[in-house]
Amino acid sequence: MATSTTAEPTRRDFLYIATGAMAAIGAAAVAWPLIDQMNPTAAVLALASIEVDLTPIAMGQVITVVFRGHPLFVRRRTPAEIAQAAAVNVADLIDPIARNLNLPDGAPATAANREIKPEWLIVSGVCTHLGCTPTAHEGDFGGWFCHCHGSQYDVAGRVRKGPAPQNLEIPVYSFLSPTRIKVG
Amino acid sequence: MSSGPSTYVPQSGLTRWLDSRLPLMRFAHDTMLTFPTPRNLNFWYAFGAILTFCLGVQIVTGVVLAMHYLPSAAVGAVPGSSNAFDSVENIMRDVNYGWLLRYIHANGASMFFLAVYVHMFRGLYYGSYKAPREILWILGVIIYLLMVMTAFMGYVLPWGQMSFWAATVITNLFSSLDQVTGGLKVGTHVATWLWGGFAVGDATLNRFFSLHYLLPFVIAGVVGLHIWALHVPGNNNPLGIDVKGPQDTVPFHPYYTSKDAFYVGLFAILFAFLVFYAPEFVGNPDNNIPANPVVTPSDIVPEWYLLPFYAMLRSIPQKLIGVLVLGGAIVTLAFIPWLDTSRVRSNRFRPLMKVFFWIFVVDCIFLGYCGSQGADAVVPGIPGLQLVWLARLGTAYYYGFFWLLMPIVGLIEQPKPLPDSIAKSVLGASAVPAE
Repeated sequence: MATSTTAEPTRRDFLYIATGAMAAIGAAAVAWPLIDQMNPTAAVLALASIEVDLTPIAMGQVITVVFRGHPLFVRRRTPAEIAQAAAVNVADLIDPIARNLNLPDGAPATAANREIKPEWLIVSGVCTHLGCTPTAHEGDFGGWFCHCHGSQYDVAGRVRKGPAPQNLEIPVYSFLSPTRIKVG
Repeated sequence: MSSGPSTYVPQSGLTRWLDSRLPLMRFAHDTMLTFPTPRNLNFWYAFGAILTFCLGVQIVTGVVLAMHYLPSAAVGAVPGSSNAFDSVENIMRDVNYGWLLRYIHANGASMFFLAVYVHMFRGLYYGSYKAPREILWILGVIIYLLMVMTAFMGYVLPWGQMSFWAATVITNLFSSLDQVTGGLKVGTHVATWLWGGFAVGDATLNRFFSLHYLLPFVIAGVVGLHIWALHVPGNNNPLGIDVKGPQDTVPFHPYYTSKDAFYVGLFAILFAFLVFYAPEFVGNPDNNIPANPVVTPSDIVPEWYLLPFYAMLRSIPQKLIGVLVLGGAIVTLAFIPWLDTSRVRSNRFRPLMKVFFWIFVVDCIFLGYCGSQGADAVVPGIPGLQLVWLARLGTAYYYGFFWLLMPIVGLIEQPKPLPDSIAKSVLGASAVPAE
C-alpha cells in the first residue's frame, strides 16, 4: 500500500475512498433486506375490523374480545361509574391526553373525550406499561388493575397509578346501531 | 495461548507430520495439559469447567429436542392449544426418552445460571476482573448477557401462558423508547419489528426459535475468546497475587483436570437430583396452560435467575427509568474493572470490602425474593409496608455497591498485608526452595 507524500490528494486516495464508499453502500443494501424481513408481512398488515354485539352485556359487566391479536375491553358502565369518571379533574391525571383515535391527537383526557356514548367504554386491553392484560373491577380507582407491575386505571381507562405512562388506547369505532359497534 | 515456550514433542511420524501443518495437538497440549496454573485454586475455581459442562449439555439436548419441536403458534390438535405446545407435550409423552431430554434441558438452564452466578460472585470476591484481566471479565459479561437472551427465548418456545406473557412483557421493554423519541414512536416500531406483527405471535415464535438455536454457538465462540483471554495472564487465585515463578504453579493436567472432574461429578449429582426427583421444582405451573393472548396470569414471574432484575424493574414507578435501571444493572458489570480503585485483588485481604461484598450477595438474593412476590405484596408481618419500598432499597444498594462503595472503599480501606508468594502461602516458608 503506497502512502501519499504530497500535500495534494492523489488519484490513489480518490480511488481508495470511492472503493470504500461503494463497499459500504453495497453492504448496507445487502443488510437492509435481512433487517426488514423481520417487519410484519403483507398478510399481517392486511388488518380486519370486527363487529361486537352489545346486547348480552349486563350493566357493570366488562367483556374482552380479540381485536388485531390484542384484547379489547367493552365495558357497560353504571350511572355511578359514569359520574365517577366525569368527576375527575384532567389536571390530576398522569396522562392528560385522551389517546382516543376517534379524536385529534392532542385532545384532553376528559371523560367526554374517552367515550362516544357514556354507557359504553371501549378501550384496548393492553396495559401501556409492558403489554399485560389488566383485570377489571380491581384497584383503587374502580377500573382496572394490572397484576404484572401494579399499574391502575380508572373507570374511563385512564392511568391513575404508575408505572404505566399512558391511558389505555381507544381504537377507531362507531355505533352501527344502538346495540352493535364496529371496531377498526 | 500459554505461558512460556511450548514443551510439546510429537511422538510419532503422524503427529510430526500434523504438527508441521496444523499444530492442533501442540495447541491442546499447551493449553489443556501443561498450562501452568496457580497451585492454590480452591473449590470456587471449578465453576469454569462446570459451566463448560453445562453449555455442552444444553447444546446436545437442545439439538435433539429441535428434532421434535415445532415452532408454530397455529391452533393445534386440541382447541385452545397450539402446534408448539402440542409438540412439547408430544416430546413429554410419546418421544422415546423425550421427558428425560426436556427435563435435562429445562433444568439445565437453571443449573447453568446457578453455576454462572457462583462463577461471577467468585470473580467479584477474588478481584478477578482487575488488571490485567479486564477483557476476560467483559467477555464474561457478554457471555452472561447472551445466556440471558438464550434462556429467555428458550422459555418462550413451549408457548404456554408464562412463555407468551414473558415474551410480551420483555419485548414491550423496547416500547419505552417512545417516551424519548416523541412522535417518531421509535419504541413501537422496534417492538413491531421484533414481533413481526402487532402483537407477540407466530412470527415471533419462529424467530425466537431460530435465534435460540443460534445463540448457544455464539456463546461457545465467546467462551473460546474468554479462555484465550484467561490464558494470556493466567488464572487469578484466592490470594489475588501474581504468579512469581514455576514454584507457584502446577500443570493443569493432572492437577486441575482431576479436581475439576470431581466437582463436575458433584454438580452432576445435584443436577440429576433436580431432573429425577423435582423436575418441575424450578418451573412455573402456569406454563402448562396453552398461551392465551387475552388473559394474563394473575402473577407473572420470570424464572428464578432473572428475579432480581425483575424486582428492580418493578421498583421504579416510571416506565422508561424502570427499563434503564433493569438494563443498567447488567451494563454496570462491564465497568467494574475501573470502578474498583483498590490495588489489592482478593477480598481475603480487604476487611471492609469483604463485609460489603457479603451484604451485596444477600441483597441479590433479597431482590430475587422481592421479584417473586406479587406487584402489590406487603412485607410479611407489617401490613402497612409495601414490599416495593424494600425492593427500592435493595436496588439502591445494588447500584451503590458498584458506583459508590467500589471506588470509595478502595481509597479509604487499609488492606491486610499480602503474602510474599503463592508457594510460601501454600507450603509454608520452610518448604519453599530459594527463589
